[in-house]
Amino acid sequence: MTKFVDSIRLAFENELARDKDLIVIGQGVWSPFYVGSSMKDLDKKFGKERIIDTPVSENAVTALALGYALMEKPIVVIHPRMDFMILALDAIVNAAAKWRYSLDWKTPIPLTIRAMINRGGEQGAQHSQALHSWLSHVPGLRVVMPSQPQDAYELLVQSIRSPDPTIFIEDRWSYDINSEFTFNQNLQPLALEGPKVLVEGSQITVVGIGHSTNLIIDSLEFLRGRGIAEVIDLRVVKPLKIETILSSLAKTKRLLVVDASWNDSGVAGEVISMVMEKIDFQLKLQPQRLTLPESPAPTSSSLESAYYISGSEIHKKIEKMLKSLT
Amino acid sequence: MNLTANSPIQLLSSMMLIRASELKISIEAKKQTFKTPIHLAIGQEAVAVGVAMALRNSDTVFGNHRSHGHYLATGGELTSLFSEILGNADGCSGGRGGSMHITSRKTGFMGSMPIVGGTIPVSLGAALAHKRSGSKGVSVVFFGDGAAEEGVFHESLNLAAIMSLPILFVCENNLFSSHLHISERQKSSKIQRFAEAHQIESHEVDGNDVRKVSEMSNKLIKVMRSESKPAFIEAMTYRLFGHVGPEIDEEIGFERERDLKTWRKRDPIERELNDLIREGILSRETFATLSEEINQSVIDCWERAHRGVNPDESTLLQNVLMDF
Repeated sequence: MTKFVDSIRLAFENELARDKDLIVIGQGVWSPFYVGSSMKDLDKKFGKERIIDTPVSENAVTALALGYALMEKPIVVIHPRMDFMILALDAIVNAAAKWRYSLDWKTPIPLTIRAMINRGGEQGAQHSQALHSWLSHVPGLRVVMPSQPQDAYELLVQSIRSPDPTIFIEDRWSYDINSEFTFNQNLQPLALEGPKVLVEGSQITVVGIGHSTNLIIDSLEFLRGRGIAEVIDLRVVKPLKIETILSSLAKTKRLLVVDASWNDSGVAGEVISMVMEKIDFQLKLQPQRLTLPESPAPTSSSLESAYYISGSEIHKKIEKMLKSLT
Repeated sequence: MNLTANSPIQLLSSMMLIRASELKISIEAKKQTFKTPIHLAIGQEAVAVGVAMALRNSDTVFGNHRSHGHYLATGGELTSLFSEILGNADGCSGGRGGSMHITSRKTGFMGSMPIVGGTIPVSLGAALAHKRSGSKGVSVVFFGDGAAEEGVFHESLNLAAIMSLPILFVCENNLFSSHLHISERQKSSKIQRFAEAHQIESHEVDGNDVRKVSEMSNKLIKVMRSESKPAFIEAMTYRLFGHVGPEIDEEIGFERERDLKTWRKRDPIERELNDLIREGILSRETFATLSEEINQSVIDCWERAHRGVNPDESTLLQNVLMDF
């Protein structure tokens, strides 16, 4: 058994030992207040020349990381709170996503941007945002969001080895998820990864994005009888692949997408659109999504618990969809 | 600087090649042979050439929206540049970049991009790679006075200083951001002050004096190679053509007509030519021959580029990602 947070550290430890050119850079990488225990002692083991804590300059540090990757050397830049990464969008959207295409570069650009969603705990609107939908709008980027320890390890290793600028998004709420873990060095290229079925079921397909998948798994405890809900972890947000979801729907004919980010123009809606464009059979009812309310994140705990999605909320939604005949 | 017998003529001919190429581009732009927006550096050639002479192909150079000169001075192929401007498949960026996104990886010109200030922090990463590899390589980034108004410029100076990166910041201060004079944008026209604030060694040079630029670049880059630290050059210059397009834009901006008269007298090519003649290194006749050769090669390159074709529609989605 391995915890999500430990599997991230393991991925770093493994890759730093394997590739001497790999460096990790970002604010707070020497401090547990920023990165939890995900980077524990890596600076001691690999040196502060390779694990670099930085000034408060999200944009320049991210662009610097791109410049290092342009020299075909792998680098991970860490944004301990995704909200602050907004300041780096020029580097990500204008530079990293465009360099290969606009300059027709044929060499690898091994840049990984690790973004952490760090919400709850009365932190409020600027310590909470899940902005994967924005990044998924931009051609030239890969975006991955693990929810399980095995995937946290594998997708991070695959991102580091990927020749394309890749955004690796993790949720601090997943850190204590503890599950079976197999150490595996021989991983396929990131480009071959897509959604995965985590739990099999026959009545409804429930797709989770990032930590939402863990909430879906929580909701199964409330469902009477097993094998009702088929849980699919989206894992790769961009490029989005929906074949696994379509196969599942052929069986269940019901689709619910859960994403703990805002509704409008979001990935949950994108999954549903792509499904509806490609599906060649009738669903039992129109696809549904469960997303955050249309407001910034509040602080007060009463409002916070109303704001965030819970396992029981997902359960209620599933029950309602199972009862619906239309 | 120890000038070898050839190098003064090399400085001059490199500037002449850039000038002739950009004049050709402006003529073709007027004929609307292509549409890609062009930002000509006519009048500013000495900065690109002076800095480039201090560089090796293994060094890395980053440009901006006005980078034909940087590309050519560092050894980029002229035909590939023309092809790119024509939107052709064999352009330096495969016909996906146009005038504002150009690259020549094998000569160290990593790339240009038009977001003002955008390449400044990217150049730091290449500098970090040089530093870590122990190759004694350096990075250079060219930007204008307008870029000094972007926040990321400040972030980059701080990072370069605190990380001791071998990066040469080259500010081509041509006094204008588009149409707006620096006096209407900043309290001081001295961009060097930002470098001083970050304790980066900085020098102002006459950006229209190719020897001064070359001398300063050589001096600073030599130290950077052995000590791995940043340096800053503020090259005072002036663009003789408009911000964008093939026109001189005499009527646009703050007292431009008067300034043009002054700055034409400081034309870097004329100045270097006169110096070389006065020193007896170059004769009028040799200059005429050189000029003719350069003009002919520009015409030949344009014709070669013009024989190319636009990329096939089927290639539209190629190379968005490397792995697919």
